[in-house]
Amino acid sequence: MSEKEIKNLEAIFEAKIARDEKIEPKDWMPEKYRKTHIRQMSQHAHSEIVGMLPEGNWITRAPSLRRKVALLAKVQDEAGHGLYLYSATETLGISREELYEQLHSGKAKYSSIFNYPTITWADIGAIGWLVDGAAIINQVPLCSTSFGPYARAMVRVCKEESFHQRQGYEIMLTLANGTPEQKEMAQDALNRWWWPSLMMFGPTDDMSTHTEQSMKWKLKRKTNDELRQQFIDQTVPQANILGLSIPDSDLKWNEERGHYDFGPINWDEFWQVVKGHGPCNKERLQTRVDAWEEGEWVRDAAMAYAEKKAERKVKQAG
Amino acid sequence: MSENKNNKKNWPLWEVFVRSKNGLEHRHFGSLHAADAEMALENARDVYTRRNEGVSIWVVESKNITASNPKDNGELFEPATDKVYRHPTFYDLPDEVKHM
Repeated sequence: MSEKEIKNLEAIFEAKIARDEKIEPKDWMPEKYRKTHIRQMSQHAHSEIVGMLPEGNWITRAPSLRRKVALLAKVQDEAGHGLYLYSATETLGISREELYEQLHSGKAKYSSIFNYPTITWADIGAIGWLVDGAAIINQVPLCSTSFGPYARAMVRVCKEESFHQRQGYEIMLTLANGTPEQKEMAQDALNRWWWPSLMMFGPTDDMSTHTEQSMKWKLKRKTNDELRQQFIDQTVPQANILGLSIPDSDLKWNEERGHYDFGPINWDEFWQVVKGHGPCNKERLQTRVDAWEEGEWVRDAAMAYAEKKAERKVKQAG
Repeated sequence: MSENKNNKKNWPLWEVFVRSKNGLEHRHFGSLHAADAEMALENARDVYTRRNEGVSIWVVESKNITASNPKDNGELFEPATDKVYRHPTFYDLPDEVKHM
């Protein structure tokens, strides 16, 4: 294809997105669009899969049967969401094996939030309330992103996820209204998860390298800072209802802006965790790789059984 | 492929899925007979999209679809019916909690 033809296709493509038309897998798309989507969608899928680990840590130790079934259902949903997203990514011409290899070799990233440990039961409450709360704010705009398979997967994910945040908040509410020790446990979890949750929206707009292109492709509909502000504005009143305090002495309602002002985020910590030096990076990846390798005999056995059944069918027919 | 008494092969059955516009999933529109996939695609165009009903067509030979049996629905879907905790209404939150 000549350079002129490509330029022409690009113009048609950009116009389509500007008109809010969706791009489907067999449509022509610029190589950069394909690559960016493979990167973002697979990171999203990896985050769902790795995201099961911090919560899985508490399934066997949930304080009641009610809490246990709810947590199991939530972790099960996350596995499902990872699968929707991997399948949607495969429509762009990359195989599941390649995607797994990128995760397991450390080449691909997943959300840094999952590199923090879950040391008390209250962390399960804080994750549902804050981490899922932040994830929902990030994900709702993706339901109308330009790539059809991604947008459709996100509609399912958002719908199914609506219970995740509520189960977390209910845990926090119970602890906050419990004994002084339980309330302290809830406060401690909020203290540890608050700032990492704010970092989930990514670097500030002036430091974000992908924002401009992603806005153009409607892969992003609001900037990192806008989404972060939205999260803070809606979470502060929720903390007040719990009677817990947000660990930020600069946090203050700004009447003029109509938003909460907040203190500086520790971006050094953010980049340290992104680069692999968070408290649990090594453990998370190792757990994931072990699960994959230790499951190999099960995958092989299923394949061998399928082949045996197929052979038997051929013999019976013959 | 089935054969009739004159030993002649019949055209197999194909299922037709049409995407009515970009952004929407392909939906099952119906089925038709055709000698091969290419003919099935052309016939589907003529049978199901005469009035611009679609922007994309998938055809798949019916025998390649494995369908669940309605008489197994009880045991197949029962596991989902008693899991109320998969729904947001299961969780008790005060009314004043907003955005959740």
